Amino acid sequence: MKTWKEVNPGAVILEPGSARKFKTGSWRAMRPKWIEENCIHCLLCWVYCPDMSVKVKDGKREQFDYDFCKGCGLCALECPGKKGQKAIVMEQEGN
Amino acid sequence: MSKKVGITGNEAIAQAMRIANPDVCGAYPITPATDIMQRFTSFVANCEVKTEMILTESEHSAMSACIGSSVAGGRVATASAAQGIALMWEMLFIASGLRLPIVMGVANRALSAPLNIHGDHSDGMGMRDCGWIHFYSENAQEGFDNMLMAFRIAEHMDIRLPVMVGLDGFITSHSIETMEYVDDETGRAFVGEFKAVNPLLDIKNPKSYGPLILTDMYMEYRKAHDNVMAKVPGVVLEVAAEFEKISGRKYGLFESYRLDDAEIALVVMSSAAGTTKDVIDTYRAKGVKVGLLKPRLYRPFPYEQMGEALKHCKAVAVLDRADCFGGSYGPLFADVSNALYHYAQRPIMINKIYGLGGRDYMPDQAEYTINELIQIAKDGKVKSIKEYIGVRE
Amino acid sequence: MATPLTLKELSRKEELFTPGHRLCAGCGAPTVVKMVLLATDYPVIASNSTGCLEVSSCISEYTAWKIPWIHSAFENAAATISGVETMYRSLKKQGKISDEIKFVSFAGDGGTYDIGFQSLSGAMERGHDMTYICYDNGAYMNTGIQRSSATPFGADTTTCPVGSHIPGKLQQRKDMTKIIAQHGVPYVAQCSPSHWGDLMKKVRKAHEIKGPKFLNIIAPCNRGWRTQSDDAIKMAKLAVETCYWPLFEIENGVTKITQRPREKKPLIDFLKPQGRFKHMFAPENEWMLKAAQEHVDAYWERLEKEEACFAPPAPAAAEAPKVAD
Repeated sequence: MKTWKEVNPGAVILEPGSARKFKTGSWRAMRPKWIEENCIHCLLCWVYCPDMSVKVKDGKREQFDYDFCKGCGLCALECPGKKGQKAIVMEQEGN
Repeated sequence: MSKKVGITGNEAIAQAMRIANPDVCGAYPITPATDIMQRFTSFVANCEVKTEMILTESEHSAMSACIGSSVAGGRVATASAAQGIALMWEMLFIASGLRLPIVMGVANRALSAPLNIHGDHSDGMGMRDCGWIHFYSENAQEGFDNMLMAFRIAEHMDIRLPVMVGLDGFITSHSIETMEYVDDETGRAFVGEFKAVNPLLDIKNPKSYGPLILTDMYMEYRKAHDNVMAKVPGVVLEVAAEFEKISGRKYGLFESYRLDDAEIALVVMSSAAGTTKDVIDTYRAKGVKVGLLKPRLYRPFPYEQMGEALKHCKAVAVLDRADCFGGSYGPLFADVSNALYHYAQRPIMINKIYGLGGRDYMPDQAEYTINELIQIAKDGKVKSIKEYIGVRE
Repeated sequence: MATPLTLKELSRKEELFTPGHRLCAGCGAPTVVKMVLLATDYPVIASNSTGCLEVSSCISEYTAWKIPWIHSAFENAAATISGVETMYRSLKKQGKISDEIKFVSFAGDGGTYDIGFQSLSGAMERGHDMTYICYDNGAYMNTGIQRSSATPFGADTTTCPVGSHIPGKLQQRKDMTKIIAQHGVPYVAQCSPSHWGDLMKKVRKAHEIKGPKFLNIIAPCNRGWRTQSDDAIKMAKLAVETCYWPLFEIENGVTKITQRPREKKPLIDFLKPQGRFKHMFAPENEWMLKAAQEHVDAYWERLEKEEACFAPPAPAAAEAPKVAD
């Protein structure tokens, strides 16, 4: 922890996006599981995710970012899946 | 070339602002400070300054807009008084907590209720603990000089704090007095260019201002603020010494008038000091060793220096143009008492509350107080520590 | 070059609001912020009023913002950004800055409809080039779900609790979007994160219009609405489909409904899943459901009439006799 001599004047934060150092994954009670074969890469999970925890590379969905995912389940609910098969399902954390 | 002019206190403040040439001013009108911004907006309308105005819908928004402008990275000034300052009170703490060098001219005025628009220090005392630097001015000349120096102090790299420059509402703000300007070129060179610190407009280096700070860090920020406050008197004197070179006018943390050999003294701020000095002269002529101390830098309060200046007196009267409603003494009295408390041998102190809501401060009130000090110095008997003077009993 | 509004293309953009913020699981607010920033192709500076979003996105030395950001107080996000924008104009005029920067404010409904109303009204009237974004979750969620003037009729909140005599909030919500439109600003719109394309188009449009803009965006709060942690988008969608939260815009005084529900669902579809309206389904409170539905119907009907006022001329006009050249 910083001493009073080390704090920034006016409490300004000079490092943009430093919240990335604060992992919120431990909040999770439920864990989303990505089932790749059912994924149509619509990216709705990516755009709706409140915690920016769906990784996307070159327009293709990748794994969840479990460092930050809080397990709300929003992605699983919104997932259209393929032929009625969800590409995201929620599971109990720790199983 | 400096020139002698006859102007009002408000115009003196506006002229100093014109010389400082702020990038942005956010303001809302309020008696008796309205005139400052009226005059200043005419400079804007006539392109005598580069300033962009933000004419808000309230003082709360005026100070909020000043905060936004200052964080963005430029010179910012405003003016207000009384209820206006009360309304922006929340934002005053935020301006200082964010360490923003905003300069505010204040025509000090009484607070409601009852509604009163006249000269009084209640507004300034209400913002006393907001983390700002406070100056009080006796007349238009001091208002002008303090305002010009305020930009230098606020924007000093070791300080970066907001500054309030007060003068008495109507008594000084609206009276025409003779004073001397610093010419524009000299004044502008003295104030200098604004140097931004962590400006929000620097889009290549994004900053976040105004985080939530919890129990683990809040005290550290407060202590850091306190530490900066401790550096203020040194910077005030440094800037005053430079100002003397361009103006020939000398300023300290406070003014001492016939105080060195005084046995009794009065402490009084702003316009009432002028009247008191005249009365002191007549008593001095009669051989009474009476002097005066007129605070200039009120926050941070120069406790140590003031204690040293007054400790040799037998009795001291502090005159307050505001009262603290807590069954206690006037705010200035409490500060001066604190300054003297640490001395084993210290003056006997009395407190007079005078001039509230613009009530005239007359020479007989100074005489009455000096006579009482003479008696206390003689027999040590105090009939009451605090007393309202100039009030109908 | 504007990024095409496809998720594939948008996903290539830098993330300007990072994870590690501490908003509740399933909160609607961060999705709103994310969508606004994704739609923005300019450098942008934001102010933020005190509230859930602010306290959760910037704590001690952790900021989720990768854009310049300032929070100063609760009631003054508009006044604060107006100061930043004015300094920008001043420095630009002086040739000290050349970047093309956009200015936005984020504030909740408390900071917009109630305590920040005056500050917002003033900034809109002064004509600053800014976009004010209200993420409307319909109560003071940050302090623990107290009623605001955005709280819907009937809702059970901690300051208008359902009791034996009073069945929740008895007043209808304030129509903030139209109130701001009445300021004569060039652009206001209502958006929903469930309709991300519509939302992003409106953000883009706002950025291209000079002057003050206002976007009112519904942001479901599962704590305050007493719903599930996974249904923020579902609830936002139901709000649109029941016409509780119509998606429209008013550009230079011209009203346009931007997303017309294929089939207007009954309001109970939106109310039923929410615990805050549970008491309205008791037999003795049937009048409340009726009153709520009537209010929504009247609003929608009026909105359609407003839109019709500005509809393109009827075909008859085209058949008017031709005038010789």
